[in-house]
Amino acid sequence: MSSFIRPLILAAALTGFAATAHAQALEDKLTIVTSFSKDLTVPFAQAFEKKHPGTKVEVQNRNTAAAVAFIRETKSNPPDIMWASAPDAFEVLKKDKLLQAYKPQAPGIAEKVGSYPVNDPENFYTGFAASGYGIMYNTRYLRANSLPAPKEWDDLKKPVYAGHVGISAPSRSGTTHLTVETMLQGEGWEKGWATLLEIGGNFAQVSDRSFGVPDAVNSGQYGIGIVIDFFGLSAKASGFPVEFVYPTVTTLVPANVGIIANAKNPNAAKAFVEFLLSDEGQQLLLDPKIQRLPVKATAYAKAPAGYPNPFKDASLGARVKFDADVSEARYALLNSLFDRIITFRLKELNAAWKAIHEAEAKAKSTEAKRLIEEARRLATAVPIGDKEATEPAIAASFKELKKGEKAAGRQAEFEEKWDSFAIAHYTDAKAMAEKALAAK
Amino acid sequence: MSAPALASTSRSARSSVGRKLAAYNASPTQALALLVIALLLIAFLVVPIVRVIVVAFTGPAGGFSLVHFGDFFRTGLLRESFWNSVYVGVMTVVVASLIAVPLATLLSRFQFRGAALIHTLGVLPLVMPPFVGAIAMQLIYGRNGTINLILGDHFGFRIPFMEGLNGVIFVEALHYFPFILLNLSASLANIDTSMEESAQNLGASGFTLFSRIVFPLALPGYVAGAALVFVKVFDDLATPLLLNVNAMLAPQAYLKITSVGIADPMGYVISVIMICAALGAMAISTLALRHIDFATTQRGGGGLGRRSLGRFGNTVAAVFVVLILLLVLSPHIGIFLLSIGTVWSFAELPDGYTLAHYATVFSEAQGLIGNTVLYCGLAGLIDVIIGAVLAYLVLRTRLPGRKLVEQVALAAVAVPGLVLGIGLLRTYYDVHLPFTDVPFATFWLMLVIAYAVRRLPYALTAATAALRQLHLSLEEAAENLGAGKLSTLSRIVVPLVTGGLFAGFVTSFATAAVELSATLLLVASERDAPISYGIYVYMQSAAGRGPGAALGVIAVVTVAIATYCAYRLSERERDRRSRGGLAV
Repeated sequence: MSSFIRPLILAAALTGFAATAHAQALEDKLTIVTSFSKDLTVPFAQAFEKKHPGTKVEVQNRNTAAAVAFIRETKSNPPDIMWASAPDAFEVLKKDKLLQAYKPQAPGIAEKVGSYPVNDPENFYTGFAASGYGIMYNTRYLRANSLPAPKEWDDLKKPVYAGHVGISAPSRSGTTHLTVETMLQGEGWEKGWATLLEIGGNFAQVSDRSFGVPDAVNSGQYGIGIVIDFFGLSAKASGFPVEFVYPTVTTLVPANVGIIANAKNPNAAKAFVEFLLSDEGQQLLLDPKIQRLPVKATAYAKAPAGYPNPFKDASLGARVKFDADVSEARYALLNSLFDRIITFRLKELNAAWKAIHEAEAKAKSTEAKRLIEEARRLATAVPIGDKEATEPAIAASFKELKKGEKAAGRQAEFEEKWDSFAIAHYTDAKAMAEKALAAK
Repeated sequence: MSAPALASTSRSARSSVGRKLAAYNASPTQALALLVIALLLIAFLVVPIVRVIVVAFTGPAGGFSLVHFGDFFRTGLLRESFWNSVYVGVMTVVVASLIAVPLATLLSRFQFRGAALIHTLGVLPLVMPPFVGAIAMQLIYGRNGTINLILGDHFGFRIPFMEGLNGVIFVEALHYFPFILLNLSASLANIDTSMEESAQNLGASGFTLFSRIVFPLALPGYVAGAALVFVKVFDDLATPLLLNVNAMLAPQAYLKITSVGIADPMGYVISVIMICAALGAMAISTLALRHIDFATTQRGGGGLGRRSLGRFGNTVAAVFVVLILLLVLSPHIGIFLLSIGTVWSFAELPDGYTLAHYATVFSEAQGLIGNTVLYCGLAGLIDVIIGAVLAYLVLRTRLPGRKLVEQVALAAVAVPGLVLGIGLLRTYYDVHLPFTDVPFATFWLMLVIAYAVRRLPYALTAATAALRQLHLSLEEAAENLGAGKLSTLSRIVVPLVTGGLFAGFVTSFATAAVELSATLLLVASERDAPISYGIYVYMQSAAGRGPGAALGVIAVVTVAIATYCAYRLSERERDRRSRGGLAV
């Protein structure tokens, strides 16, 4: 802000008149609802207040679900900004008409990071940072259990990692959801699920909180976590004995900001969005406790050596084409499906894969190999096809129905079907593998 | 006075409100009190909740429908969850009793030097926020926690303390046994020495004495505590979730309700079923006690005669108490170590120690502590007053609807905090405070109300148990001597049930201090936030949970100090009143 405007605005703020100079005067308050941790919100709020001394920032930390519920219930007197990772939360708010469109003016912001579009095409929310998914592991834990360090997603299928891997449920973490969706789009529905179910055989836990995974790896409850990069990188920066790697095929997901419909302090809200995208804001993302990837290529100039740069490193998120329409069509269904066949039946899935791995280690005869093949087919089957999953009538069963929409059934009916499918398949797979072990 | 006679007079033209009330054995003040309580419950519990759970009864095409309840029972996973929840609830009561009953017996039957220790430390598990407690338990008992790392290094085996349903039972029993301890001790302390002496004079001793005198007289307190434990465990979601047990009702409901963008009514269906189950458990506990009169008129000295344990007995008792306390305090020890540790990763103990985490949170903690004491103190006070009045009205009057009001108040224990939070926001966000544009829903008083509503069942059950032991004839005697209802209440009833009320206050206060789900929804600014919000915010960091743990320790200490002060106050009050010529 140029030096002659600031006194003007200050004077305006003091006398209570709206300034009509080059910039519109900011309101004296800005209310932000966020699911981000203090590590991120405090530096940004302080820097913003320093830049706009007349505006007091009030940050309300809530988890994503509580944040969405709060914004829904407070329509008459809403907060100003929603600030969170989960694109699904923004989609929900956008559909409920709880966001207002704003096209940021800041120059030099990339349209896409990796293959994922940074912003909502209709400008209801804006990506201000990106993050990649990868593998975080506890080095002490791996040494104590004599485990090799994993590098690729496929490594996690190996029998040695049984009971050592954790992930958060896609239904509980918007970013995990995007990663699962990207894997499915990259490998294809059937093959993607086969990979997920085989890795799932090694899961020690499917956490209901995004933070559950880095917490567990940090403290060594289990050794390996599928996490978003800043969890791994910031844990390492704070001294935990952990490492983080990006697999060759990785996905980048944005972190977003949106202005809430009928915000009381619209000018301050817009200024905050601009601040996030300014050089100063983008630079802040490099802070060791924050560690997110700027969406402005020039911001990487000051990054420490080895800081991941999606604008230079082609492998970061570029490999996979991401079809947002397909993702949106099956969003809720995918969450529910993952929970039914992995999260809630983890014990059965673990048991099936344990039996398969045991049989594979010993099997020599063709009969045993045939049985193992059959067991693998059972343990990697998914109860609903690619086409069905995006069919509007079926997808409608997982949403709030609008007028005129028809659903193929109730969510509970589908879930019960998938649940029994999963139990039956995993039990059979286990029996088949045990037969193979007997046949050798 | 007989009911038919009164009924006939009320039919007469001169029938007045006063006469009707007389038929209900109630004064106008009492009727008014019941009405006020009922209105409060309707405004802050029934309406908000109905506004949220109405979707459970709405069919896919709109309109009233029970189809979702049909789905519930048709779903294998949910049936399994239901039975798992029942199993865990019952087993937790059993395990918690194994801890609480010996401790309570020791406290009230024997001279034991560590009694004060048990009193104070017995409350501590309750003041540990469940999500913090479970993190700390993982650090100590988890599959790579301190104990298992030591066992694995030195003996080559591990104990799955924290696996599956048994893990949930282990953690829950350690967390909730104080409910039984507090209520049972209050009951035992109220048994008169003369009862025991009379029995002994008549030749009873040992087991007979216990089974014929002590056990029946202590039953109301035990049952009240056990029912609370069952309901709390049935309702608790933090522990199963942190132990990765999904197949229970509370986690299933929570996962459904808090998933963004999913409009599945099943979460609310489960909530309704949980509320019914909680009511069922409470009703069963009431039924079990219905035909027994527990009241005694003797009011000599407090409690049973305390006997000497002897040297051997003292040693056994001391070992038992120390073992239990170590178990009970392990989450506190874990959280303390976490708060002063630098990095704690796959190791028996933290790598190094620092005070930096306390420095980080200290400047902010003052406001949080003040808010917590204010909100939860007020909530506890409201609960004790409403709980005592309501318990009195239920047991001593025949006002119509009193049982219904009691049931509604008790149901609050099973209402998920998130459901109540959303309901309160929905109902009161557009109601503004007079002369401001501050929505009532996000004014700090709403947090007090939410806490008071959710914790009322504790105070109510404690007050009911205490009143059950108090014989009506004591009040009648006072009234015959010319005391009015009010002075009978304040001079006779309240002093004699102080112990029970104190137990109610402590449980309400301490558990409100660590309430998170409704808090997260209703806190509108950091300035008004209580400490549980602060802990949540500081725990959300992959860069280490030290600051969150430090706040957790501060919370535990704050609540412990406040509890101790309340205990001293209630003791002093009791002394003062009993010296004031009340001893019968």
